[in-house]
Amino acid sequence: MSVLELENVTYTYPGTSRPALENVSLGLAPGELVVVAGASGSGKSTLARVASGLVPHFHGGIFAGRAVVAGLDTRDNGPGQLARVLGTLFQDPETQVVMGTVRAELSFPLENRGQEWSAIARAVEETALALGIAHLLDRPTGELSGGELQRVALGAALAGRPQLVVLDEPTSQLDPVAGDELIGLLRRCNEDSDTAILLVEHRLERCLGSADRVLAMDGGRIVCDASPEAFLEWAAQSAPRLQTPGAKLLGGVGLAPVAGVKRARAALREAGRRAGDVAGEEVDEAPAADRPRVGLRARLARRRGAPPVAPALAFEHVWHELRSGPTILRDVSLQVLPGERVALMGRNGAGKSTLLRHAAELMEPTRGRVRNSGRVALLLQNPNDYLVHELVAQEAPASALSAVGLAAAELAGRHPRELSGGEKQRLALAVVLGDGSDPAAVVCLDEPTRGMDRDRKDELASLLGGLEAAVLVATHDPEFVAAFADRVVLLADGAPIADGPAREVLAGGSYFATETARILGGAGGALTPAEGVAVLQPTVSPAPRREAIA
Amino acid sequence: MSYRRRSSPLHSARAGAGGSYCLGLAIAALMISNPLALGAVALAVLVAGAGARVGRELLRTALVALPLALFIAVINALVTRDGLTVIVRLGDLPLVGHTDVTLEATAYGGVLGLRAMTVILCGALYTAAVDPDEVLRLFRRVSFRSALTATLATRMVPVLVRDSRRLAEAQRCRPGRPPSRVALLRAASSGMLDRALDVAAALEVRGYGAARRPPRLRRPYSRHDLAFFAAAVAVVALAVAARFGGLAPFAAYPTLSAPADAGAVAVSLALLVCALLPFADRRGVDR
Repeated sequence: MSVLELENVTYTYPGTSRPALENVSLGLAPGELVVVAGASGSGKSTLARVASGLVPHFHGGIFAGRAVVAGLDTRDNGPGQLARVLGTLFQDPETQVVMGTVRAELSFPLENRGQEWSAIARAVEETALALGIAHLLDRPTGELSGGELQRVALGAALAGRPQLVVLDEPTSQLDPVAGDELIGLLRRCNEDSDTAILLVEHRLERCLGSADRVLAMDGGRIVCDASPEAFLEWAAQSAPRLQTPGAKLLGGVGLAPVAGVKRARAALREAGRRAGDVAGEEVDEAPAADRPRVGLRARLARRRGAPPVAPALAFEHVWHELRSGPTILRDVSLQVLPGERVALMGRNGAGKSTLLRHAAELMEPTRGRVRNSGRVALLLQNPNDYLVHELVAQEAPASALSAVGLAAAELAGRHPRELSGGEKQRLALAVVLGDGSDPAAVVCLDEPTRGMDRDRKDELASLLGGLEAAVLVATHDPEFVAAFADRVVLLADGAPIADGPAREVLAGGSYFATETARILGGAGGALTPAEGVAVLQPTVSPAPRREAIA
Repeated sequence: MSYRRRSSPLHSARAGAGGSYCLGLAIAALMISNPLALGAVALAVLVAGAGARVGRELLRTALVALPLALFIAVINALVTRDGLTVIVRLGDLPLVGHTDVTLEATAYGGVLGLRAMTVILCGALYTAAVDPDEVLRLFRRVSFRSALTATLATRMVPVLVRDSRRLAEAQRCRPGRPPSRVALLRAASSGMLDRALDVAAALEVRGYGAARRPPRLRRPYSRHDLAFFAAAVAVVALAVAARFGGLAPFAAYPTLSAPADAGAVAVSLALLVCALLPFADRRGVDR
């Protein structure tokens, strides 16, 4: 018997004419871990909401077909009833945690079922131990980090031992460490019990290795339903944007794609392509076309003995110490040269966002100082925070819209909230860049790729590449960094622990490394699949460094 | 200020006991007018806060409440026409007319201000030391949805404060003229609605929509539970005795009578002892 069965489900959101799902049929067996892939707007989240009963009970709209969760028809049973057999986890941990303490949060779904207190207490303890959050049980939820909150929300979803867990991009707001931990926990829960998992995720490289099956969606339809390997082969032919970097790397050297770093390494070993043979090569030996191009002028000029270029932005021994709390920044000294593209990486709470706020003078250092050669434009995490007017034309002038690639004539009369996620972000960027009367010397962006699909990341990378100003981006996304950055600064506990060319920093780690770098063990400083192919086939001419992310 | 579990006898007591204790002190503050006895209640609340390791939070609250207390005292002195001992003649003032400030009205204003501050401190002690989730559990059998709404409102306050800060920061990043306040208010409101929808969806998938009446939680009363329940009863009994038994009399008008006699001193000391005795038992509590 399936724990989730969809028969010809077609669903249209209220106020729209185009269905978000069209004739979707699928079945999930107990214990299966199924990953749902697809571009933004392909219907992935709507599928998750159908499974959780929010569609149509919460969202309204027109629903046709049949969805059955563990024997409960979603037409007759709303999300409240389905919660007895189903756990659900969404993107934003902040709005999913509703109670004051972790213990109360884990108890809440069980109390709603009217379970006995002894059963609730036992389930809470077991869930907390399974997810490694026992030490958080009596902590107020308001004091938890994003990663901790998401674990707690997962705990609340799992506490009732559901037959099916539906997760909609649960790692999109987490750093790579917390994201990997969450996927690991899911895998363990899936293995320990017979819980089926339906996981909607953009960063496929993170979860395909754990998946039993992959569903690819496009235009509200399921266009591929296959094992991870078969999906990757299908993607290579039909949807290159859904290919993982590892699959592209293997495809580039003529091997069949496999899911996961471990299996990719094994495939390379079996094929006699030992990345270790080229490990240890000097980074400067990388193909010339791969070298950073922006900000290079300034560095070359300095090497040739020309007078040093004044930095666009300089942090000089910057400290940020809270009066009653931890020290957020510790003696940070950094320079960003004109035109340079710098990525700030580090886990949640490392101090990245605080550093950007200091750059834009939203905060004052408690010690040290920040200097800049002109205006610093800062785009914070949520583009909606910048969009306060009724019309796009009121937010930014036409010249600024054009500068970020938005069709001013087409969009000027629309409401900013009607735009797609990518358009909203471009519009917010246009807002902070202004009308050009006071051009920004530095553009800072805080986590600009959260929840983005690969197409939108590519668009953003090329947009940032075209800016005149220096660019400083705080991000958790190594693939995005590999596509746009010259230099990476890795922050830990408020201080830089690595600062160097992107290939040096990203190829040398495991968490803050691209999938290609992890497969090749950092060999040759290769970050992207094309660079990896060049390293594995030294006779083949390398592809340019700034290729598409995928 | 929010609840955070700490190692203290008050935090160890069940929410019912802690809540009753805070309520008892607030009732005492509302019933007692004798300045000595009322001061004893205020002192008891502050020392109880220190005993519960939330003294700093209470002092911060006291600083915030002080202007309100002073305002009440000044207004009473200016607008009350009772009292025979004139201490300042202000003549004709706009709005209030001929004004003579009397000793009695000033003293009674002081009592009202002190009372307001004591009640606010009781509220602060409750917020900082009584687990709101346990209170929710306590009340959900009676009115589940109201209790949950109260908890959610508490939980959403810091989230919305953070949202507002983010919105303000984003506006500081805009070059040129800042947007109008109306535009900002509209954006903030729509942001709040978005948040509310997300929270509603989260509640739905946690089974709130089909929630059943939860079973009664039966657990034995701890010594802390008993101590704080007993303290609450004793404090209220003393307040009743002080008010209706004439143990700590107070009359403001027409002439001030606030004797610090043996009865008032005894009531004050008894209030302090009863309110603070539960904190003496720190067995099993980290020092």
